Amino acid sequence: MCGIVGIFLKDPKLEPELGAMLASMLCVMTDRGPDSAGFVVYGQGDAGHVKLSLRATEGYDFQGLANSLSLSSGGTPKLTVRSTHAVIEVPADHEAEVRAALARHPDVAVVGSGTRMEIFKETGLPRDVAARFDLSKMSGTHGIGHTRMATESAVTTAGAHPFSTGADQCLVHNGSLSNHNDLRRALKREGIAFATDNDSEVAAGYLTWRMRQGASLGEALEAGLKDLDGFFTFVVGTESGFGVLRDPIACKPAVMAETDRYVAFGSEYRALVDLPGIANAKVFEPEPATVYFWDRAA
Amino acid sequence: MTASPDITFDLAQAPLRELNSALHKATGETNARLWRVINPNGRHALAAGVNAPVTIEVDGHVGYYCAGMNQQARVIVNGNAGVGVAENMMSGFVHVKGDASQAAGATAHGGMLVIDGNASARCGISMKGIDIVVKGSVGHMSAFMGQAGALIVFGDAGEALGDSLYEAKLFVRGSVKSLGADCIEKELRDEHRKLLQEKLEAAGLAGTVDIGEFKRYGSARQLYNFHIDNAGAY
Repeated sequence: MCGIVGIFLKDPKLEPELGAMLASMLCVMTDRGPDSAGFVVYGQGDAGHVKLSLRATEGYDFQGLANSLSLSSGGTPKLTVRSTHAVIEVPADHEAEVRAALARHPDVAVVGSGTRMEIFKETGLPRDVAARFDLSKMSGTHGIGHTRMATESAVTTAGAHPFSTGADQCLVHNGSLSNHNDLRRALKREGIAFATDNDSEVAAGYLTWRMRQGASLGEALEAGLKDLDGFFTFVVGTESGFGVLRDPIACKPAVMAETDRYVAFGSEYRALVDLPGIANAKVFEPEPATVYFWDRAA
Repeated sequence: MTASPDITFDLAQAPLRELNSALHKATGETNARLWRVINPNGRHALAAGVNAPVTIEVDGHVGYYCAGMNQQARVIVNGNAGVGVAENMMSGFVHVKGDASQAAGATAHGGMLVIDGNASARCGISMKGIDIVVKGSVGHMSAFMGQAGALIVFGDAGEALGDSLYEAKLFVRGSVKSLGADCIEKELRDEHRKLLQEKLEAAGLAGTVDIGEFKRYGSARQLYNFHIDNAGAY
């Protein structure tokens, strides 16, 4: 089944409330996906720095890790620890060096990177996952969340959504893909790295590959209609954009709400009911096989 | 809301189960004829399984299967409806003032479903006698395997309208993206104009559109019994 939520703010005044809005939406979707939950928040950032989202085990000494990294990156990286995850900010021109150093720590995984994107996911009930990462206090411009009912791969933290396969790019998926093995092999040959056997990660990798070739997010989604076989409702994020795509059969549910302050997505309308001004929002069901895309840069 | 309700039920204050349970106890003798439901907030199965001549007016958007299995009741949704509104309705009248999601009126045997906005995919799938009037457009695979009843669409129809159709009668005023297997356009004769007039009167919409603008679609009746020449169409 799985539940998806997403919110893209148009009104900067709402940015401090983004995490609280996303947390509330995520918890409502628990009955669609109680196995694990995850979310991405696009917060503050500048072009000179890269945020690396790291995942380890509970109680891991992230500070010790950061101290060891500071020697090579020419300063102490800013570190924010949240339970099993941490975000470190390093100068962009030191990213490769820091990644090389992190590769020497097999107990730490880099789960995402980008100028503004931070990614968190864990097994367990969405309410507990949101609480352990303190989602409700986060601020940002847009965010995406997912509650998972596992079908195609095991209930693990690595198998939880969102998946990120490129800088500032993330994807959540409700559905199941049938050609993911073939596609994964083809994408690996193109240099896309995969961390799991999960079908949804292949969809993320596919979009990353398309965008690497110069496609916009909208164009990459459009191409996905032809190349991805199976059931899907995707919500995807980039540094400045937010996109939605459903398969041509429209197997998986989707409801959207738009006001002059935000665009919101929910697998069900229930997820949207606590949003400000929802009573007067334009509430609609996205059409099958139709790319919906909002961009802050536009 | 013109008349004042006999019962107002606030779903922000009391659980849906309580409302549905109370509605299930209502009979033809009930004095509570007009129920008003506020704060539905997308809850599922609202007013499902009612079997009494009552009116239930819901202020807001509802979730899945609203008014499912309905008998006798008049259910009005002042908002959008989720998947499967009036699914398996037997009799009564369901009016969605916004849009309806997929499978509106699915498998329903009787009654009337009126949707002021659009209905998504599979509207009237396997309909068995219900009449459905959609003032907007319907999505793909609408009236799939429709057996009886009428689907009347003021706007357009998506892909594969009436696929594997039995004897449901389909009327579309706008364009049809494509017809499903064994569904063909048929002549709109006087008897069909009369039928349309009757259905629109029952829906409270007589005179709002020109009946002559509709096209009629029905079954070519080539797939009823298996024939080896049709194997590719199954």
